[in-house]
Amino acid sequence: MNGAPAMEVIRLQQVKKAFNQGRPNEFWAIRGVDLELEPGRITVLKGPSGSGKTTLLSMIGCLSRPTSGRILLGDRILSGLPERFMTEERRRTFGFIFQQFNLIKGLTALDNVMLPGCPLGGDHRALRQRARELLGRFGLEDRAASRVEWLSGGEAQRTAIARALINQPRCLIADEPTANLDSRLSEAFMEIVAGLREQGMTVLLTSHDPLVYDAPVVDRVVAMHDGRVVD
Amino acid sequence: MKRLLRRQACLLDFTLSSLARRPGKNLGLLLVYGLIVFLLASVMLFTDALRSEARQVLARSPEIILQRVVAGRHALIPAGYLERMGRIRGVTARHGRLWGYFYDPAVQANYTLLVPRNRRIADGEIVVGAGIARTRGLDRGDFLTLRGSDGTARSFRVAERLEGESELVSSDLILLSEADFRAFFGVPEGLYTDLVLTVRNPRELRKVAEKLTLRLPDTRPILRDEILRTYDAIFGWRQGIVFVLLAGAILAFVIFAWDKASGLSAEERREIGILKAVGWETSDVIRMKFWEGAVISLSAFLLGYLAAYAHVFYTSAALFEPVLKGWAVLYPEFRPLPRVDGLQLATLFFFTVFPYTLATIVPIWRAATTDPDQVMR
Repeated sequence: MNGAPAMEVIRLQQVKKAFNQGRPNEFWAIRGVDLELEPGRITVLKGPSGSGKTTLLSMIGCLSRPTSGRILLGDRILSGLPERFMTEERRRTFGFIFQQFNLIKGLTALDNVMLPGCPLGGDHRALRQRARELLGRFGLEDRAASRVEWLSGGEAQRTAIARALINQPRCLIADEPTANLDSRLSEAFMEIVAGLREQGMTVLLTSHDPLVYDAPVVDRVVAMHDGRVVD
Repeated sequence: MKRLLRRQACLLDFTLSSLARRPGKNLGLLLVYGLIVFLLASVMLFTDALRSEARQVLARSPEIILQRVVAGRHALIPAGYLERMGRIRGVTARHGRLWGYFYDPAVQANYTLLVPRNRRIADGEIVVGAGIARTRGLDRGDFLTLRGSDGTARSFRVAERLEGESELVSSDLILLSEADFRAFFGVPEGLYTDLVLTVRNPRELRKVAEKLTLRLPDTRPILRDEILRTYDAIFGWRQGIVFVLLAGAILAFVIFAWDKASGLSAEERREIGILKAVGWETSDVIRMKFWEGAVISLSAFLLGYLAAYAHVFYTSAALFEPVLKGWAVLYPEFRPLPRVDGLQLATLFFFTVFPYTLATIVPIWRAATTDPDQVMR
């Protein structure tokens, strides 16, 4: 992908995650997951609400650490990295699309897309150019200067995708990407994802939408229930 | 280094876009903040200009003034005291001065009447300061009639108007001849208002003053440095009064700014979470907020300080004139010379820009150290 080192396999070994550990309201969201995710493929974590899909995704994407167990990227242990290196990994290896898109209101689509590139300290003009190209690639060149709250649901999502790709990550992570979209836009999203896989990108999705996990482009579906992988 | 600068430029760019999202709120804050800096800087600049003007004027005045004191009050001094004091080492010149005050009921103002030594004024003529000329509508050739100490009205022809170099001291001044002065105030020959002594070496001043007190025990020597100190104290006191008056407004602003800067809305917390999730480090978020505080406080500082500079040096501090100058009726047209004191500038900077910027960073520190996975929940 764009001259970046090829994505390696992601391995989860006995990963567990507890919230409010040691308190009366202690809750185990992940209860021991072993999983191997092949690079260059589209994997969907499916399951009902509360099954632990999002928690697992956030740990794989270095947004949080497991309470126990290990997450490896190739032979590097991601789960034990200090905060600074986790951020670095998050910035360079992963691109995120959140369920609510999480665009920053009041800023333009272009500014939002440029956000992850900001702390890298690269050439600002080149970053702006790259953001424009990405918006153009998703048919949003005319909306670059629009504030994100003026965008439609589909436009907001494509802006979020462009933002996820700005740092040329090797793995795209999307949490319930079609939850706020109608069927037509959901299909359009899956087409974009298929295009990204064509370019060699690893894609990890969570969804309980059949339009996503039944899509022909999906290579693997991992079912989850009560914090465990069930198949 | 280049990477670091680019990173800062990018953060600053984002900060500016971020500030532009709430133009009304931020502009309002900028204006109130700028107004506070303007008020404080105006007082500081104007007081400093007055002090420096006083110093400039006093630089040409005699080193020692000798007054005779009777029952603790200033009294006329006989010319014979010039001989009685004898020869004092270090004193290069000495002479008697004639000056006094006159209250003009017509305009309810006090004038200072003085017999100059460095110019001759013909009997029946006067030279008037710009303030008197303005108040009484006088010009060259006009007559000014004043009632003397014996009750008779005397008319003086205005030979000249004193223009400018330091209107601060010449505004209420009337120069007249010695004969006219003595006749007007009823001061007999051989008496002066006070004596002045010129001493070249400033280190000899104290010793000269000591000798004068010993040889002429009913006199009081006043050193130029003492007058300077008094001026400093008076201007400092006036500055203090204005600061006290402003204190309420400043305090209100501090509370408002602290609240604005230190309180983080749920929206702002969410944004910090997003930034961290997309790869911003805690330090990037703090830097960005630092820039936000710095942009507002620096702009307000520059805006307020430049406005204060224009206010003091181009409009003669129109807002503060009455309280800071202290003239009763004859307000001089005081045009202070543009002057900026580095230490004063730094002090004002430290007490305005620094606390605000700090107030923006502290709460961010707490918010920015939260886990980035908040945005996923």
